[in-house]
Amino acid sequence: MVRKVSSHINQNESLLFEMSSPGKKGYQLPPLDVPAVDAAEALGAENVRREIEDFPEVSEIEAIRHFTRLSTWNYGIDLGLFPLGSCTMKYNPRVNEAVARTEGLAWAHPYQPESLSQGAMEVIAVLEQALAEITGMDAVTLQPAAGAHGELTGILLIRAYLESLGNPRKKILVPDSAHGTNPATASMVGYGVENLKSNDRGMVDPAVLEKAVTEDVAALMVTNPNTVGVFEEEIVRIAGILHAKGAQVYMDGANMNALVGITRPGDFGVDVMHLNLHKTFSTPHGGGGPGAGAVAVKGHLEPFLPTPRQRKVNGQWTHDYNRPQSVGRVRAFYGNFGVLVRALAYIMAHGGPGLRTATLDALLNANYIRAFLEKYYQIAYSAPSMHECVFSDERQAKLGVRTGDIAKRLIDYGFHPYTVSFPLIVKGSLMIEPTETESKQELDLFIDAMISIAKEIEENPEFVLKAPHSTRVSRVDETAAARKPVLRWRAAP
Amino acid sequence: MLAACGLESPDQLYRQLPEDVLLKRPLAIEPGKSEYEIVDYFRARGLENANGYASFLGAGVYYHYRPVLVDTVVSRGEFLTSYTPYQAEIAQGTLTTIFEFQTMICQLTGMDVANASMYDGSSAVPEAAMMAVRVTGRDRTLISRAVHPEYREVLRTYAKHQGMPVEDFGYVDSTGGIDLEDLERKLNNQTAAVIIQSPNFFGVIEKAKAAAELAHKHGALLIVVFTEAVSLGLLEPPRDADIVAGELQSFAIPPSYGGPFAGIIATKEKYLRQLPGRLVGETKDSEGRRAFCLTLSTREQHIRREKATSNICTNQALIALMATVYMTVYGKQGLRELAEQNLAKAHYLAKDLPLRFSGPFFNEFVAKCEGRRVAEVNETLLDRKVIGGLDLGRWYPELEGSMLLCATEMARREAMDTLREVLQTQPVGQAVEAR
Repeated sequence: MVRKVSSHINQNESLLFEMSSPGKKGYQLPPLDVPAVDAAEALGAENVRREIEDFPEVSEIEAIRHFTRLSTWNYGIDLGLFPLGSCTMKYNPRVNEAVARTEGLAWAHPYQPESLSQGAMEVIAVLEQALAEITGMDAVTLQPAAGAHGELTGILLIRAYLESLGNPRKKILVPDSAHGTNPATASMVGYGVENLKSNDRGMVDPAVLEKAVTEDVAALMVTNPNTVGVFEEEIVRIAGILHAKGAQVYMDGANMNALVGITRPGDFGVDVMHLNLHKTFSTPHGGGGPGAGAVAVKGHLEPFLPTPRQRKVNGQWTHDYNRPQSVGRVRAFYGNFGVLVRALAYIMAHGGPGLRTATLDALLNANYIRAFLEKYYQIAYSAPSMHECVFSDERQAKLGVRTGDIAKRLIDYGFHPYTVSFPLIVKGSLMIEPTETESKQELDLFIDAMISIAKEIEENPEFVLKAPHSTRVSRVDETAAARKPVLRWRAAP
Repeated sequence: MLAACGLESPDQLYRQLPEDVLLKRPLAIEPGKSEYEIVDYFRARGLENANGYASFLGAGVYYHYRPVLVDTVVSRGEFLTSYTPYQAEIAQGTLTTIFEFQTMICQLTGMDVANASMYDGSSAVPEAAMMAVRVTGRDRTLISRAVHPEYREVLRTYAKHQGMPVEDFGYVDSTGGIDLEDLERKLNNQTAAVIIQSPNFFGVIEKAKAAAELAHKHGALLIVVFTEAVSLGLLEPPRDADIVAGELQSFAIPPSYGGPFAGIIATKEKYLRQLPGRLVGETKDSEGRRAFCLTLSTREQHIRREKATSNICTNQALIALMATVYMTVYGKQGLRELAEQNLAKAHYLAKDLPLRFSGPFFNEFVAKCEGRRVAEVNETLLDRKVIGGLDLGRWYPELEGSMLLCATEMARREAMDTLREVLQTQPVGQAVEAR
């Protein structure tokens, strides 16, 4: 039975371009307090455009209704559980939004004098220090703009470090359970990629690793807990195998929400890692960003961090650009500062003890879901779950219903789907990460929904195959979209 | 709940972790604070930054008024707290706005297709260069010295290990525009891309058409970069470019000490398959109704892994939404009027000042401090609550003694007059020789 939702009217809405009419406007500019300038004269007629063809023209109320109506077509954490595995869709506290808009922070120009930027630089310094403590690492850069950007930075650091020792080496090892960003990143830094087969517990197999680690291997990129939601129990040994051959250990911190306050990557052999501040540290995902991909390193990699670094000189923060071994910049300015403010606010609200409690709650919620769903869905690996639990659709697939179908049916029950068909090593994967911010009531509704769907599949698989039934659009034809791409609106000829 | 999991204590939740990796002490982070304390902490940090100053800084980050509607829209939980729209049926809101965004970016830039965003303008540059390398099968990139210096640094960081040599070409000392002769000398049959910025880092509007002709003559692509999106309200877009890579910070994105911003890459239809980043396409649902979804994902890392066009994943969706709302609020007329105000303000500010370059400019230009150091002029201005221009000597030794100034629609006449007065005042007594 669908308990969480009932149907509700939502408004139809055209594209902006279809609702435009000439002369409508939604803006006011103050009168110009200086003489107007003739554009053609100042810029040369050839440099001045006639108009912006087909650009929208709508009134203010049309604009707000447009975006409000569109917003109601979305699902968000604010509407309920968002159990996307590996994405850590936890509640986004609104105080973080408020403080990011603090005038002196939001309107700080990156080139304003350092003497007038001390508050912003202090925020960066305090956050770096907190993240170093949480990860057990020695130094942190906040310059990368997102997780994949952090990976790029981390692998650049490894390459620069190995080059400084005389040989950058040739390849990066990536477990077959890894996020796609890992191999894509290795390529961008000029490394070949070698996939490592996971063992039957879903973990890196030290014996397989031992054989793969040669003098050509620069690093292993490992996610821990890995993408099947289990802790790499042999991580210390794994790190030892790499270090013995002069290779480095990169940790993808996408799943750090399972570890904060319990264990620290710096204490189990990791040399460099990234954190997704938009996952573990609750900055809003915003429909696909902005993120922030802090990178934490052990001391031997510190000289290679991107420029600039902050230093305190005579009690004042200053930017240090004199870093001859640095890998260079990975983006302009100092990082996604507005995201950093939000992450620091999150850390302050929790404090050390609160961060640990949040981790335990995240583990509890995932295990609670697993305990109830294991009877209905095949758990992928028997190893204990950390912050997410991963099932396979093999029981349902026998009746012709796949993970993607179950996900679509879940929408009818008022939930966002879990992560579908990832990791690739689990056949028909359902990857469920509830996070710590969900109540028992919400989890129970979700569990009921999943059990109900399992029963529906046995009774009426056809019905599930056609889901969702309650959304304003039914299943979207992604194949047609890719076959003949229409990527922008155009005026009718 | 623990009992349901068959556990007796919370500590059993991580029983599988080896004993020797456990953290045996509390994290050394102060206990949690109340909402009020947090607000107060950040208010205090904000007060340690510049407050109450008029500023004439630009250089890739611009002060434009942010219409109230922008934050109203992006604060809606359905946008703020949603995920990347992989589940199209419950993400039509985000998907539709991205489709509108892609359309408006095409209309602004004169390109055929645009992606859903990149991290920022600076990282869009190497992504565009990598794209040109894939398209042409060549490896060399030529970039104008009048492209934002930090963008050029980012390009070099990315290019270093991908076998992509990067070489600078110069600008003309008198005009501040690209040196076409130097460009022609350096072009060869290994050049994949020529990269220029317009308006360039000095504010000068470049001759993109001439650069395109030269690049195309040698079989290279032209990449045109922009940092000041408002300029596109008035300036002829770079229709001759093959790829446009830009920064949208000007469109209602707070300066926020340098981020988060939103970059874009737009290009010609024929290069679509080499475009990095997310794309939204129009399609139909099973009942034939119009719908949108993410598309052409075989270019992307989650499908193609090490053979992907880029490793980019999460980037700047909500920031791109800010820009979308901004473009909607200003619209066709407004963006032009806004650009005209910028032009008027900057030209008012520049009038009778000793300008370093003669090329046409939009809302940024380079002024000489004539006999004084930039730092000295800026000190004087700070005393009068004005943040002056950016010292170009930092990146261009030959421009020591020159500052980059910017005036947007937010520049007040009074502050502009203060700046003009200080810049025009001849140094008293012993003039300090410009280094």
